[in-house]
Amino acid sequence: MKELSFVFFQAVLGTTFLACVLYLVFFVSQNGKVRKVARMILILSGVLQTLYIGSRLLLAGYTPITSAHEAVMFFAWATTLAYLSFRWRYTVKNFGTFVSWLIMFLLIAAAMASREILPLKPVLQSWYLPIHASLSLFAYAFFSLAFCGALMYLLQERELKRKTFGYFFARLPSLDALDQLNSHCVAAGFVFMTLGIVTGSLWTKQASGTYWQWHPKEIWSMVTWILYLVMIHQRFTAGWRGKRTAIMAVAGFATLLFTLLGVMYPLGGA
Amino acid sequence: MPKESFILVGVNHKNTPVEIREKIALSSGYEEPLRQLVQIPGCKECYLLSTCNRVEVLVVGIAGEELEEQLITFLFGNESPASAWRDYVYVYNGNEAVKHLFTVAASLDSLVVGEAQILGQLKEAYRYATELGTAGPLLNRLLHKSFSVAKRIRTETGIGSSAVSISSAAVELARKIFGDLQDKHVMLVGAGEMAELAAQHLVGQGVVSVTVVNRTFSRAVDLAQRFNGHAVSFDELLTQLEKVDIIISSTGAPNMILHKEQLKPVMRSRRNKPLFFIDIAVPRDLDPNLNDLENLYLYDIDDLSQVVEMNRSERDREALKAGRIVEEETMKFGRWLDGMELTPTIQDLRRKADDICSIELEKTLSKISSLSAKERKSVEKMAAAISSRILYDPLQYLKSGSCGEHDKTQVKIETLRNVFGLGRNGSE
Repeated sequence: MKELSFVFFQAVLGTTFLACVLYLVFFVSQNGKVRKVARMILILSGVLQTLYIGSRLLLAGYTPITSAHEAVMFFAWATTLAYLSFRWRYTVKNFGTFVSWLIMFLLIAAAMASREILPLKPVLQSWYLPIHASLSLFAYAFFSLAFCGALMYLLQERELKRKTFGYFFARLPSLDALDQLNSHCVAAGFVFMTLGIVTGSLWTKQASGTYWQWHPKEIWSMVTWILYLVMIHQRFTAGWRGKRTAIMAVAGFATLLFTLLGVMYPLGGA
Repeated sequence: MPKESFILVGVNHKNTPVEIREKIALSSGYEEPLRQLVQIPGCKECYLLSTCNRVEVLVVGIAGEELEEQLITFLFGNESPASAWRDYVYVYNGNEAVKHLFTVAASLDSLVVGEAQILGQLKEAYRYATELGTAGPLLNRLLHKSFSVAKRIRTETGIGSSAVSISSAAVELARKIFGDLQDKHVMLVGAGEMAELAAQHLVGQGVVSVTVVNRTFSRAVDLAQRFNGHAVSFDELLTQLEKVDIIISSTGAPNMILHKEQLKPVMRSRRNKPLFFIDIAVPRDLDPNLNDLENLYLYDIDDLSQVVEMNRSERDREALKAGRIVEEETMKFGRWLDGMELTPTIQDLRRKADDICSIELEKTLSKISSLSAKERKSVEKMAAAISSRILYDPLQYLKSGSCGEHDKTQVKIETLRNVFGLGRNGSE
């Protein structure tokens, strides 16, 4: 099983990289057939990621979201699923190119972390683990889609404002499409994150008798949550949109990466 | 033997000034002109295309001065001799006519290269020709081919995706900002011709409404009527800005009519919904600093020209590719046509050889009674083989491709028909 799991991970890296390269070829050539193949390979990568996570679940005997490797892997998997489900509903020109590379970077980050399977710490032994962790990582997945859309928005807006119609102008979709993408993904991510924080809080209560411990991880999660809350609130009340929300989506993503990688793991998981 | 081919006579926006094009009266639609056209002696099949930029007649007949003159007279009427119009019309024969039709269908000959409208017009004209039965097998084949060539060019090149005029550049930019334009409101400030054209383009994209603001209110009302929109007075300009999305400004005002400070509160009350300003006026109507405001995009005439230029170079590259496809398809069609010309001669030749074989076999075999059925079969097979082998070289000669500029197909057909005495029994 261990060998099989290893093979799955290598296959995930290989297929995702191939999908990235094909998406890039599509970005340059704008040949629809290439995109179709790229999407198929990304779907295959999604299947392999599922198999890999499944194999680790069998090996460990618990939901594999406890080490840095597993969390980032799950993050990549959730982003792939979120993208594919998003792609099924909306079409945003060349979005796949940006998202596939983000997934690739996450997978590289996962590959660099230790893949060792450790016994589950007592503090993590709760049925809240799969619920809280997967809700939070799905939130991150949607926020990362919003981040990709925001990057695309900023590139396109720059060309339109400066009137220097370079490489991206024809290849990126309209500002309106990107702004809507931002709005939808942030809304979806926010719902997941809220549920993640609520379940996390319930878990803390179960484990230590209090809902809130002022743990740096909790503080940074709250900071990220408030940032997205402000963004959503301002969009509905003051009509914040476009560049401002795109910058906030980038900032939000940076904060959540910090929460996930900078604060969470050095301090011991979940 | 005179050869039947395609003859195309026409006028377009490039060769013929509008005053001359106006003289071609085809306002009654396609039916009557097509009926007249098919009456012209020598026109076996005919087709007529009439758009605002071109009128073309395409017929199948024996090419020559006489037919050309009749077609020109058909276009311009009897008032002046056909020679008077020679400078304004173009005449293409054979492959050149095919190539021209493919070029037109692919929108490479249009005022706005790459626009899709022409193909629809071509199809509509073809519908009339088929309904009236004026298009025969050759024209049917050619026109269907022209549609597929146009489609091929549209899929294989980016010719249709690049805007080439100021107004379509404005539409392209609007699409990059708003995506879909179907729920957008347009406002015209001033009543310049170019602004009107740009507005027309936007209306073509399905915008919801057009509002016209002009210092002379009656002029605003006139223009608004043309777009089924409404007119407002100049004093309402700022309040109107809260409701519209795209503003095309082209007043003759000597100074700027809108400044950055005035737009700040407007953007707030719009809840930052994007605003796209197109300033076509010279001197400019709008403060260039407007572009600094968030979610506000301002383009003046030079900026738009830049988009046009960018698209032009892109379009030129695509047009080259499209031109290559037209050449290739013309050649393919020419080959098909040559094949069509050769077919009757090949059939005649084979029939003649078969007839000779059967007559001679009949004569010989009737004298030999000792042959078994199997032996008779062998002798018949041998005769058929001899005739095939004898015909092999003449047929190869007939089918061999014509190199160089001169098409020798007709000469070859005539030589073979003379040598083999084909068609002497009244078949021609």
